[in-house]
Amino acid sequence: MAATVPLGLVPTPLYSRLDALSRAKAWTGWAGYISPVVLDTAEFEYFAIRNQATLFDVSPMHKYRITGPDAEAVVNRLVTRDVRRIGDGRVGYAMWCDEAGMLIDDGTIFRFSAQDFRLCCQEPMSGWLRDACWGFDVALEDESDTTAGIALQGPTSFSLLAEAGLGAAAMLKPFDMAVIEPGLLISRTGFTGDLGYELWCDRDRVAALWDRLWAAGAQWGVRAVGAEALNLCRIEAGFIAAGVDFQPVHGALRLHRGRSPLELGFGKLVHFDKGHFNGRRALLRQHETGCAHHLRRIDIAGFKPAQGALIYHRKKKEVGHVTSGVWSPTTKRNIALAEFRAPFGKDITDDLWVEIYVSQEGQWDRRIVPLAIVDAPFFRHARARATPPGPF
Amino acid sequence: MGRHDRYDAIIAGAGHNGLTTACYLARAGLRVLVVEKNDWIGGAAVSRSLHEGWTYSNCSYVCSLLRREIIRDLELPRFGLQVIPYEGGATFTRDGDYFAYYSDHDALRREMARHSAADVDAYARFSQAVMRQCRFIRPFLLRNAPDPTSLAPRDLGEMLFLVKRAHGLGRRELGETLRFWTMSIGDFLDEHFESDLIKAHLAGSGIIGTGLGVYSPGTAYVLLHHYMGDVDGTIGAWGFARGGMGAVSNALGASFEAAGGTIVTGSGVERFVVQGGRVTGVVLENGDSYDAPVVGSNMDVKRTFLKHTDRAALPDDFVRAVERFKIRGSSGKLNIALDALPEIPAAPKGAPFLRGDLHCSTSLAELERAYDDWKEGRWSADPYFDMLIPSQIDPTMAPPGRHMMTVFVQYAPYDLDADGVRSGENWTDAARQAFADCVFDKIEQAMPDIRRHVLHAEIRTPRDIEREVGLTEGNIFQGELTFDQLLFNRPVPGYAKYATPIRGLYLTGSTTHPGGGVMAAPGANAAREILRGLGKANRMPDHAA
Repeated sequence: MAATVPLGLVPTPLYSRLDALSRAKAWTGWAGYISPVVLDTAEFEYFAIRNQATLFDVSPMHKYRITGPDAEAVVNRLVTRDVRRIGDGRVGYAMWCDEAGMLIDDGTIFRFSAQDFRLCCQEPMSGWLRDACWGFDVALEDESDTTAGIALQGPTSFSLLAEAGLGAAAMLKPFDMAVIEPGLLISRTGFTGDLGYELWCDRDRVAALWDRLWAAGAQWGVRAVGAEALNLCRIEAGFIAAGVDFQPVHGALRLHRGRSPLELGFGKLVHFDKGHFNGRRALLRQHETGCAHHLRRIDIAGFKPAQGALIYHRKKKEVGHVTSGVWSPTTKRNIALAEFRAPFGKDITDDLWVEIYVSQEGQWDRRIVPLAIVDAPFFRHARARATPPGPF
Repeated sequence: MGRHDRYDAIIAGAGHNGLTTACYLARAGLRVLVVEKNDWIGGAAVSRSLHEGWTYSNCSYVCSLLRREIIRDLELPRFGLQVIPYEGGATFTRDGDYFAYYSDHDALRREMARHSAADVDAYARFSQAVMRQCRFIRPFLLRNAPDPTSLAPRDLGEMLFLVKRAHGLGRRELGETLRFWTMSIGDFLDEHFESDLIKAHLAGSGIIGTGLGVYSPGTAYVLLHHYMGDVDGTIGAWGFARGGMGAVSNALGASFEAAGGTIVTGSGVERFVVQGGRVTGVVLENGDSYDAPVVGSNMDVKRTFLKHTDRAALPDDFVRAVERFKIRGSSGKLNIALDALPEIPAAPKGAPFLRGDLHCSTSLAELERAYDDWKEGRWSADPYFDMLIPSQIDPTMAPPGRHMMTVFVQYAPYDLDADGVRSGENWTDAARQAFADCVFDKIEQAMPDIRRHVLHAEIRTPRDIEREVGLTEGNIFQGELTFDQLLFNRPVPGYAKYATPIRGLYLTGSTTHPGGGVMAAPGANAAREILRGLGKANRMPDHAA
């Protein structure tokens, strides 16, 4: 009999730790791995991220290593930003597009040197990367199953690191990374907009790393969190999610479902002056003729979360919809990311209304409330940027 | 002659309500001054460091009633306010058991069944009754109280709003509402539950801060008052302000200053200057004087009019009503720096309910006896307390591994009895220490080794609260929350709309509707009335549902 592949979800190396902590027994699949939606309650997990320190298993992230003399050229051709401007030992957020300028995925680029990069992203990207590497003097390695990661996020996360004997991370500025111990890479990155780190190591060492952080966190309020709490934080931080705020174009069946970095509001990550990259011509054209859509951060009146709500101009004409909408417990605002049909959301920003449906014990109530466009991330805190970081 | 200046409006007292009024007025474009007698702002919402490395929420200690509309209008999170909810609570018995309150419904159901199977269903009905009342009352908090005695169009409008809301309750529930507003929490709980322990756990909210016992009529409303808040829409949930309750006041102060306002600390109002029935400004204790056509007093109604206003400028019957206003001190507080988390032998280590409110009163009879002591001018020999260790959640309150504990104690009289004479003067250092010892004795019921862990304790009697914060008799709500002085009768009949007999002089504190609890609603409502009086009503933000 030939070998068979596992059916359903498979455990990450941290599953035993997570399962022991799980009261909610709420799991989801992430890239084929078992990942927690909620471990205890989303509410308290959320507040732990904003007030204490939290651990989240990011092992399922796809990780690709690109090495060799042409590595910088390959990555620079792949993504829209100029990776030559990312220093060695730095991490940069990046997007990559198809030839029509539509987003395939977003992720982080770890630049070890001009000959050595790691790409971290949500979607499997092997085939696309192999194509991108063709003809260049580079080696591509899929590290997804061999490298594991833990996201440590929250205002006391540095205190926890110091307690765990990893205080050398103090010198890391946001988006810095360093090998703090043999086999342990720490980057000052995260998906929460708060102070936080991501710790990367070999798959077979990650459980011991988790235990070490957990023990050190006792005095710093450590809690394990699931995807639901994290999602609240990422919306507060104004980060976009694949499949939610945009549809990765390689996965979309219908015409015109793709969106460009310019449409998603990331024009500053598109560097036309760096030479050729995938989608450059199309993006340049769009840059000149204007976008068809605008993804914007909005602040909505009232308290009812607006997930999925439609947006109207003058309460009449439908001009967009909310892609991610939540009540923000930290900023005490009703916040959302919303996609507008141009020129709404950019050139026309007033007299815009959100239509929210509220279930009231079996009866539906319809509310039309005004929105305001917001430029800055909803959640910003000085503690997230201080180097060395404060104790809390 | 001291300093002199002119403003559009002056607020006397930098408590959270005064600052709230000041913020709204400054945002409406007025030039606003806040004067404060202490060297710090915050009134009874303060965080002070009295022991190196520890921060105490010296007076108020938890946060739920603070209206989210106000937090949002005044952008308090941008100015540093972060409210974090806490989960659960527990009451410990003398024989080593406990009743735990879990925010998880299934766990709560199982815990109730452990004490009384019948009370599981009773709790569902109790919750429904309380939540219905909360739903009914919450929309009134940021409005003027409906006044059935007035025929002015605005009052009729408010009455109509009330009638509509009341109609929405249905006939039966409206009857329940009237019962709720007038009955005792003891009777209400007896109607629902059979377990003494569960009743005692739930009864606390009905007496906190009030000079009434669990069987005194009116205490059911006090429970409602503590349940009608929310944290992010979870009605009845309570939280900590990160960094202590001073974070509320400091955020308000920063929001006010960012809007162009001025705060002067270190000297309180000596008197409100009144000329021809109008207020024209204030004179401070240090001789400085400031003029303004609008003055808001954030002091309670008694202190405002009996201590700092010329009696000749006031109608006699008004003064008599103010003198009658009930504002009795009934509670004290311990703020404790601990070198470690005390052992709690009854509970599993690290249980989530230990991060909530902890108590040791196990029956309504015990609570009623605690009240009897207070009536006689003694602190309760067997006191009720609401005890929390916020440093388990909030890393900013104590050094790592060490803890800060806040213990709100009921009852403690303002005018302590000594040899048949009742006077605030009887709160000597020895009396204060004996009061604290009595509380520690009872804490030992849950934490036998508590005394061993104490590094420092701040002991606050009603007398101390009055002296430091300025609350008459140390009453935390700036006046009892009883039906005779709520709604259109708060603070006194005929003056429920923040205005007073002196033109231009307004009350902004919780002495007015809807009362105390760090809600900031009185301050916001007062701002609305002040702006309306100035013909600038459109500068007050309105709120979507």
